[in-house]
Amino acid sequence: MPLVLTEDQELLAKTARDFVVERSPISRLRELRDTNDPVGFSRPLWKEMAALGWVGIPFSEAHGGAEMGMAELAVVMEALGRTLAPEPFLSTVLLAGQVLVHGGSPAQQAEWIPRIVEGDALGALATDEIHSRWDLCRVETRAEPVGDGFRISGEKTQVLDGHVADLLLVSARSGGASDDADGVTIFGIRPGAPGLSITRQSRIDSRNAALVRLDGVKVAGSDVVGPVGGGAAILENAVARATVGLCAEMLGAMQEAFHRTLDYMRTREQFGVPIGSFQALKHRAAREFIAIEISRSAVLAAARALDGGDDEAAALVSLAKAQCSEAAILVANESVQMHGGIGMTDEHDIGFYLKRARAAELSFGDAAWHRRRWAEISGY
Amino acid sequence: MFDDPDKKLWLERCAERGFTAPSWPREYGGGGLSPAEGKVLGQELGRLRMPPPLIGFGLTMIGPTLLQYGSEAQKREHLPKICRGEIRWCQGYSEPGAGSDLAALQTRALRDGDDFIINGHKVWTSYADQCDWIFALVRTDPEAKKQEGITFLLIDMETPGVTVRPIKLISGSSPFCETLFEDVRVPVSNVISEINGGWTVAKALLGHERSMIADAFGGGAGGSARKHQGLAELARAYVGGHGELADPLLRDEIARMEMDTRAFLLTLQRTRDAARAGHQPGAETSLFKVHGTELNMRRNELMVRVAGPQALGWEGEGFEEDELARTRDWLRSRGNSIEGGTSEIQLNIIAKRVLGLPD
Repeated sequence: MPLVLTEDQELLAKTARDFVVERSPISRLRELRDTNDPVGFSRPLWKEMAALGWVGIPFSEAHGGAEMGMAELAVVMEALGRTLAPEPFLSTVLLAGQVLVHGGSPAQQAEWIPRIVEGDALGALATDEIHSRWDLCRVETRAEPVGDGFRISGEKTQVLDGHVADLLLVSARSGGASDDADGVTIFGIRPGAPGLSITRQSRIDSRNAALVRLDGVKVAGSDVVGPVGGGAAILENAVARATVGLCAEMLGAMQEAFHRTLDYMRTREQFGVPIGSFQALKHRAAREFIAIEISRSAVLAAARALDGGDDEAAALVSLAKAQCSEAAILVANESVQMHGGIGMTDEHDIGFYLKRARAAELSFGDAAWHRRRWAEISGY
Repeated sequence: MFDDPDKKLWLERCAERGFTAPSWPREYGGGGLSPAEGKVLGQELGRLRMPPPLIGFGLTMIGPTLLQYGSEAQKREHLPKICRGEIRWCQGYSEPGAGSDLAALQTRALRDGDDFIINGHKVWTSYADQCDWIFALVRTDPEAKKQEGITFLLIDMETPGVTVRPIKLISGSSPFCETLFEDVRVPVSNVISEINGGWTVAKALLGHERSMIADAFGGGAGGSARKHQGLAELARAYVGGHGELADPLLRDEIARMEMDTRAFLLTLQRTRDAARAGHQPGAETSLFKVHGTELNMRRNELMVRVAGPQALGWEGEGFEEDELARTRDWLRSRGNSIEGGTSEIQLNIIAKRVLGLPD
């Protein structure tokens, strides 16, 4: 597929950009953070995004969705990334949503996806553990067979939007040795289940996350999502899509931080001239521009490869995340440096972009992790 | 000019059909095809594994410039000869005192009736020792602002007073030369566009040059077959390892190199796709020269480091031919970020034209 937006995608991009400018300034995230908001995002705004059709983008028409792909979702997520909008796209639409699409039974899909598309239900995917470090098969949470179901014990960390999820999809080991792909099973669990405790976590980037503890939580056999012991491939698929969604967000965020910094360089004067006239800064800004443009190409390619089911999709997802991770950190670090002292203050917004860049870099594998994955895929 | 009679025949056959310059107008020896048709022809020749029939500055640099700025008489005189590969061109831009600051050039052209008398010293005149003509920038008005006193002039290399000396590079022998002009008499009719209007022509030609360099260096896409050898495959021969390369740090560097190359190629593809969809070239095109050449330089460095001490041979026994060649390639590649506008100049251009940062 060509690496260029179609007319429909251009229109979607414009709608999303306009919406973000009007309805979701960065000040919203600051206020949610400063007031310790129990939800951490805006439920009414989420309903509006659902009404605009954005939440339903990657779901089938039979479930009320738009049956579009990552290419369209990336366009929306890039716009939302510009002001670090905290609405639960990653958790509900991509992580939990894509596990349901690719692993859920018809009954599970019919129960959850239409409500997700309407903006009435939220999902979360609980995979990460303290020691798992992006390896979806490094699962210490145990699932013991009990009768026709399972009893689950373990601890999941930084479960995105886990504090508000109506459905938690939890990975646990039902067989196999530690790190084996075989033996990982996905379970659907509702909040309030006996033995389940959910504690909100506080992250540098104010993205909503929760610590999920499971102490002998009972799950019926009918709440297993996908085959018993065969959840790893479903998780990989959902996380690949979420990775590209996150990359699109990173692209929006780095573009915005860069523009804000360029504005500052044009207006901030020292030694009687705008600091943007100094070649020491100009060349670094040009380097940032190059990194952003190269990242954009990789994200466009990865989204289209996933939509087309290309053999190369896995490699291109790693390419996109590696490029975006390094570009995001470069742009964020340079943005703070070029703002000087004011960039270090909490009062200035640029710090939000630094924190989000770091959090995004360290989600779903950093650049070095994805280089290793690329080498493995390439056979060296 | 030809060491291979087949190549000569291939050129002649292509030239008869206008296939050496497929998208130039037929009346000047081209094929009269649209740019899209020309691209298809190139793809088909590539599929048949046929080499391009003709390469050189005539085709890629002065030809397009003449089409844009030449008079009818100049086009009729020069373009058909370029298409038939009869004359070869070199470029007379840089001088010892005018590198990045090209407009500081001092080669002087004094008017004498219908002629100019040229005196000066050009450097980096690639292939000047084998070329028939040179397109040069000369100073026709030393009083004007420096960009405004420059004229774009075509000079026959056979003219008395032209001397060519080869330049040896750190990589050994090279096609580069320096060209000296001592009282060289050139007809005023050889001026392209206006007298003192050469800077505009020069900039247009530099655009052709930079897009040619970006194409050639795009992540090792051009150049010798050696560059097509996979880095990982090469590394395996030196450091060993079945499956995973034995040296994990080298493996990481190779993955980084291959990934950066892929992302660059995707960016080239994005520009082509956008053009095909009818969009104007976007801001991303300005990064091709600086980023493409730097990737090529990094790749050359990495190949030398992969070979370890075996990369240290200059010539003679104890080294494979490929090892010697890769090392020479590496040395030559250091010039990529200098020639055709240094990386620093390219970054200035991005900062000013794309990012709108103040002077």
